[in-house]
Amino acid sequence: MEKKALLISGNEACVEGALYAGIQFYAGYPITPSSEIPEGLARKLPKYGGVMIQMEDEIAAMAATIGASLTGKKAMTATSGPGFSLKQENLGFASFNEVPCVIVNVMRGGPSTGAPTGPSQGDVMQARWGTHGDHPIVALAPNSIPEIFTETVRGFNITEKFRIPVILLLDEIIAHMRERIIFPEKGELEVVDRLKPTVPPDQYKPFDVTNSPLPLVPPMAAYGSGYRFHVTGLNHRTDGFPTNNGDLIEKEMHRIMDKVDLYKKDIFKTETYMLDDAEVAIVAYGSSSRAAKYAVNALREQGIKAGMLRYITIWPFDEAAIEKLAQKVKFIVVPELNFGQLILEVERAAKGKTRVYGVNRVNIEIIHPHEIIEKVKELFHGI
Amino acid sequence: MSKNTEIRLGGEGGQGLILAGVILASAALLEGKNAAQSQYYGPESRGGISKSEVVISDGEIIYPEVADPDLVLVLSDVAIGPYTRDIRRDDALVVFDADTVKKVPDLKHGKIYKLPFTMTAHDKLGKPFIANIIALGAIVGLTNVVSRESIEKAVLARVPKGTEELNKTALFEGFELAKTIKK
Repeated sequence: MEKKALLISGNEACVEGALYAGIQFYAGYPITPSSEIPEGLARKLPKYGGVMIQMEDEIAAMAATIGASLTGKKAMTATSGPGFSLKQENLGFASFNEVPCVIVNVMRGGPSTGAPTGPSQGDVMQARWGTHGDHPIVALAPNSIPEIFTETVRGFNITEKFRIPVILLLDEIIAHMRERIIFPEKGELEVVDRLKPTVPPDQYKPFDVTNSPLPLVPPMAAYGSGYRFHVTGLNHRTDGFPTNNGDLIEKEMHRIMDKVDLYKKDIFKTETYMLDDAEVAIVAYGSSSRAAKYAVNALREQGIKAGMLRYITIWPFDEAAIEKLAQKVKFIVVPELNFGQLILEVERAAKGKTRVYGVNRVNIEIIHPHEIIEKVKELFHGI
Repeated sequence: MSKNTEIRLGGEGGQGLILAGVILASAALLEGKNAAQSQYYGPESRGGISKSEVVISDGEIIYPEVADPDLVLVLSDVAIGPYTRDIRRDDALVVFDADTVKKVPDLKHGKIYKLPFTMTAHDKLGKPFIANIIALGAIVGLTNVVSRESIEKAVLARVPKGTEELNKTALFEGFELAKTIKK
């Protein structure tokens, strides 16, 4: 039977992706432009045997998400800018205790309450550094409705497999836009579950990786399954209890940070478009990359060999991709719906080997292809 | 690059523009085409500038919003400035509501038409809020971007039960209005 193409929004695709990945718990506090996610899950999750709960605020919603995950459930929360700010402290707790969870942040105009119904890409750095202290984090930035579905699934897989919180960075444009999608069949996409302990309860140490089949990733027992363990926001030993021993602190800090480095090849995801012979590169992500790809085609029609490098995984940042690019292109243009955030990483990774320019917009409208085209033409002919 | 059909429906909150855009995009999907529908609206549920954009293509839709409009519908004065200034081609159709738009502007590009969507909704159907579906009928009549059968099917799939006949009549009125225009 031919499968039916549907017209659904990005937020709806996120709901479907989460269900496909096996979400069992959602806690949130509704906020524009993410509210269709709790709306969809309120309707559907109970039918899948899951729980959807609206908490009193975003802080509690993040806490409930962590709590559910500790009981062995695949858990998610969704929010937008102001709510994302509120979640940061608990997000740090999740990151430090390696609690698998997906946090959807549909970026809207900021700072503060900003422009609830307008798009932005202003939370790129907050996704990386919003919570205090060095900590591991993953952020994914899809750019279409089908990709929101697949990246939601991948986000769950990454967080479950490696025990690193995953932030799904959407923006108002792709969250509210509707596009054609055909849902993948069950089994078509990989679905990963977290490692479970193989030792008996009395020998279980929640942060011990000695016998883990996945180096640096501790198997995770579920509360209520007979395994007792302690989690704390304090620096902790492998048995979960607090410590002030600098050597132990440093060892554990290295382990959780090294984990990202060890598995970065599994986490990185980029798309290249027409880069092989490109003289000019556009580096983009999320909704802005749609304008970037359009600009590449238009520039090529006008005789400028442009190409695009698109970051689907933003954090950790794939520096090597930029290093390679910087050696062969005349310049790089980075379109963003902010004052220039990911461009800082691009510049850092380019190490001065090429020039890097931003195309920026903060008037709560999508970046237009023509802005990128004009900027590239101006720079290209100026060289 | 194959040329997409890019349609912008501009007006204000409460005029049903987003629904009209969703219906148009759904109709394209019914024909096996690709479509993207996007929107802007403010915090108000009534009034305040609003738009809905639909891009229809036989192939991949790279940029999901309107980059080079083929048709711009304007149902309100507030939508004139921001939603007509990027019209690039002289063959783009710019359709104003003859009643709700007080002063039709001079534009550098595009062919300007005025059609009485609101008046038809009010006088012929007794339901001013149905102007969006009449406009949708006119857009299909003017562009043939989807067939009349597909748009009717898509309308009926998305409108509230009990309003099917009213919506079918509104679509038909839109088709008829399109016939009054010589392109």
